[in-house]
Amino acid sequence: MKEPEVNLTTALEQGLTEDEYQRILKLLGRVPTFTELGIFALMWSEHCSYKSSRALLKQFPTKGERVIQGPGENAGVVDIGDGLAVVFKIESHNHPSFIEPYQGAATGVGGILRDVFTMGARPIASLNSLRFGSFDHPKTRWLVEGVVAGIGDYGNCMGVPTVGGEIYFHPSYNGNILVNAFTLGIAPRDRIFRGRASGVGNPVFYVGSKTGRDGIHGAGLLASAEFDETSEEKRPTVQVGDPFMEKLLLEACLELMETGCLVGIQDMGAAGLSSSSFEMAGRGETGIVMELSRVPCREPGMTPYELMLSESQERMLLIATKGAEEKVKRIFEKWDLEAVVIGEVTDDGMVTVLKDGNIAAQLPAEPLSTSALFYHRPMRKPGYLKDIARFEPASVPIPSDMNQVLKELLSSPNIASKEWVYRQYDYTVRNNTVLLPGSDAAVIRIKGTTKALGLTVDGNSRYCHLHPQRGGMLVVAEAARNLSCCGATPLALTDCLNFGNPEKPEIMWLFDQCIKGMSQACQVLGIPVVSGNVSFYNETFGSPIYPTPTVGMVGLLDDCRKHCAQLFKEEGDIILLLGETRDELGGSEYLSVVHELERGEPPTLDLPLEKGVQETCRELIGRGLVHSAHDCSEGGLAVALAECCFHPQRSIGASMELKSSSIREDAFLFGESQSRILVSVPRQRMKETERLLDKSSIPWEVIGRVGGEALRVTCGGEVLIDHPIKELHHLWSTALERLLFSKEDD
Amino acid sequence: MKFGVVVFPGSNCDHDTYYVLKEVYKLEVDYIWHKETTLSSYDCIILPGGFSYGDYMRSGAIARFSPVMQSVIKFAHQGGLVLGICNGFQILMEAGLLPGAMLRNKKLKFICQDVHIRVEDIHTPFTTLCRKGEVLRLPIAHKDGNYFADVPKMEELKKNNQIIFRYCTPDGALTEEANLNGSLDYVAGICNLERNVLGLMPHPERYAESILGNEDGKRIFDSIINYLSKEK
Repeated sequence: MKEPEVNLTTALEQGLTEDEYQRILKLLGRVPTFTELGIFALMWSEHCSYKSSRALLKQFPTKGERVIQGPGENAGVVDIGDGLAVVFKIESHNHPSFIEPYQGAATGVGGILRDVFTMGARPIASLNSLRFGSFDHPKTRWLVEGVVAGIGDYGNCMGVPTVGGEIYFHPSYNGNILVNAFTLGIAPRDRIFRGRASGVGNPVFYVGSKTGRDGIHGAGLLASAEFDETSEEKRPTVQVGDPFMEKLLLEACLELMETGCLVGIQDMGAAGLSSSSFEMAGRGETGIVMELSRVPCREPGMTPYELMLSESQERMLLIATKGAEEKVKRIFEKWDLEAVVIGEVTDDGMVTVLKDGNIAAQLPAEPLSTSALFYHRPMRKPGYLKDIARFEPASVPIPSDMNQVLKELLSSPNIASKEWVYRQYDYTVRNNTVLLPGSDAAVIRIKGTTKALGLTVDGNSRYCHLHPQRGGMLVVAEAARNLSCCGATPLALTDCLNFGNPEKPEIMWLFDQCIKGMSQACQVLGIPVVSGNVSFYNETFGSPIYPTPTVGMVGLLDDCRKHCAQLFKEEGDIILLLGETRDELGGSEYLSVVHELERGEPPTLDLPLEKGVQETCRELIGRGLVHSAHDCSEGGLAVALAECCFHPQRSIGASMELKSSSIREDAFLFGESQSRILVSVPRQRMKETERLLDKSSIPWEVIGRVGGEALRVTCGGEVLIDHPIKELHHLWSTALERLLFSKEDD
Repeated sequence: MKFGVVVFPGSNCDHDTYYVLKEVYKLEVDYIWHKETTLSSYDCIILPGGFSYGDYMRSGAIARFSPVMQSVIKFAHQGGLVLGICNGFQILMEAGLLPGAMLRNKKLKFICQDVHIRVEDIHTPFTTLCRKGEVLRLPIAHKDGNYFADVPKMEELKKNNQIIFRYCTPDGALTEEANLNGSLDYVAGICNLERNVLGLMPHPERYAESILGNEDGKRIFDSIINYLSKEK
């Protein structure tokens, strides 16, 4: 079959720029073939090459005593002792999920699972971070239902529990939702596999599903460009998932990894056969030659271009030791999967692609993988920041009925219970789940040890929109705080950076600022970044999403029995606030929901204080002094207090009494001052608790008592809030379903 | 006393079930690959939960053609104990070892949640140590758990006390709210006429350790072990 002619026009159609096309001509000293052009377009796409972000990502601290593998591989790897390591990563699947929510979200989960098990780890838990548009947008409900079903069906079928996550709704995502999927696996620490081709003459295997024409240009054209009126037409670039195939692939790969015959392995995710071959050869500083006519195909007549660019799911490229070919095939046959030798490792630094013996593409591995092009994009501080920071609290009236405000907040979609979502995910399979979804962080025990892991994903794009550098700090601090509230010491994090078009200097500035803030918090809190993903071009018709860095963080508990939950346990327990409440309202959920304002500076963050509060909280939990711990985030102290009362079987009331307050009532109740944790302490442990707290350098105070049928807050004798807890609980737990289905006539 | 946990392509609660028997109970237990056909050395065969063959076409519909199933049927007819959990229950119905079928849950969505089930009959090897009317809290995790059988079949099940577990409230009342998947007559688990084959939708293997906050699942495993040790 004759390939189309290659010239500047075809290069532009593939998503390359004129300058990039010139670079290709110079690099090769000839005009590329059409297949080669397609490979360049994919491998140099934003999604695959990180060309706009790579230089800035170097700001992240990536080293730590426990870090076995930092960024640059399929996933990060961290030592947890007992001869074990955790392998984890978060990844976006935003554009496909907006075009086709069910398949987009499902294959997002499939992709991140493969990233983790290619490294030799059995996936044991998943999380996700989702952003949808506002509730009154006509597409929102369809998107929510599709995404949640897609995540559920894929993860459930794989038997990997989805143990937590977060969901926010905001109009900035009306035209571009975010689906970020996180998976963690566990592996023997001395048996980690990497995506490297080594050992000249070793066979290159293609394993898993057959290749079809789906997902061609998914990474290049869909994920690396803004949305416009043609977006709907790009539906065929969305891949189709088959979780059953992936389950077989998982078991077969793990079985193979036990044999000692595996040299290197990489999943065919974005850019399929191209990225896996070029990246493995690039990282291994070797080369690969492969014959495309041996690739198992779903349909006849596929061209080299299509075969190299297809993003059909549930496929892997692997390098085995020479002589082990039959052994590899037998394992995959057992699982009813294809395993075909399509080539071998060479030492010429080239990836040579043959079709029926004829060269279809022959390109150097390095410039298309490990040292692909990168840009120092121009940056400029956006003009909106000057105006938006201006905020006069005095211009906001203090509401007279705080009961009403609390009810409004508890029923707002960003604060309401997400049970409607997570009950569609199997969160107890693999019987490890100790702390269920709906907690500050999920806790899973590690079989065969006394240990447990804390897992959380967090992000607050409003803070980042208002003050990107501080917003970046806040997201890291909150994730760490969530782990500390369940008793886990943060180990490391993975990040998913969701931003608009990087060709706009304002977007690049926001991106850089967020990274700076995140890095600062990581430094002070001692948390390295071990893996991550960047998603640019989250814009529709030129209007970008709020800057949304999402953090997936993993913590360790040495003794699983000493984990802590947010729910109050006993009547009569004393409620303490660690940290202090400041007169801060900027960027709060309260301002947005009640006053429809998104202005001001987000709350300040004193990193040493944050560290102190978290360490103290973990110590209180470790010594068994507290019955519960919960961090104050969206909705502030009043919402946090209410959430501690919402026990699924039996709500329990609480009262908070303050002699006086020097700050506004609404800031006191609903402001989002950072570094605050609510703990409840049994009366008989108060002395010991006080001694410990007095020795620490952090501010703290006794603020109330657990018990009764109501949530009651008084200040200087004046009643601010007094409402039956059962009613608040009902509002909070049913709000999301009501909002989603209120227009239904049943 | 030896247990076998069958592994179909797509089973995903096989590890959990194996773990509980091996590590919590310290019993002898093997994985049985679905292409194996010799079951004579086992006292109890467990068909675990999961998505055998992706649950494509219909839950359990393809798994019943796996080579091991002919042996499981023979094993059951010879009086061996067979326990099907979730997808395992669905496979037992498809294979004709238990009556009825599963429809999609009444709200058409996957449900993962703790439920309560009432022990309706203790005269089975799977409930020997339970009290009649005892309430167990166990998790469900399924999309197709809405039990259905035609009227004569239901009459028969009731007449022969084959309904072993029913969905209920924490204090044992049968209500529609407690019957999350919409099962006919609140059915959560049934046995065959000979009482040696039991299927149930909730997962006892997920609540069999104190570290997970609940050990109600042990009531069922304890009963089986009690029955087998007396029988020997």
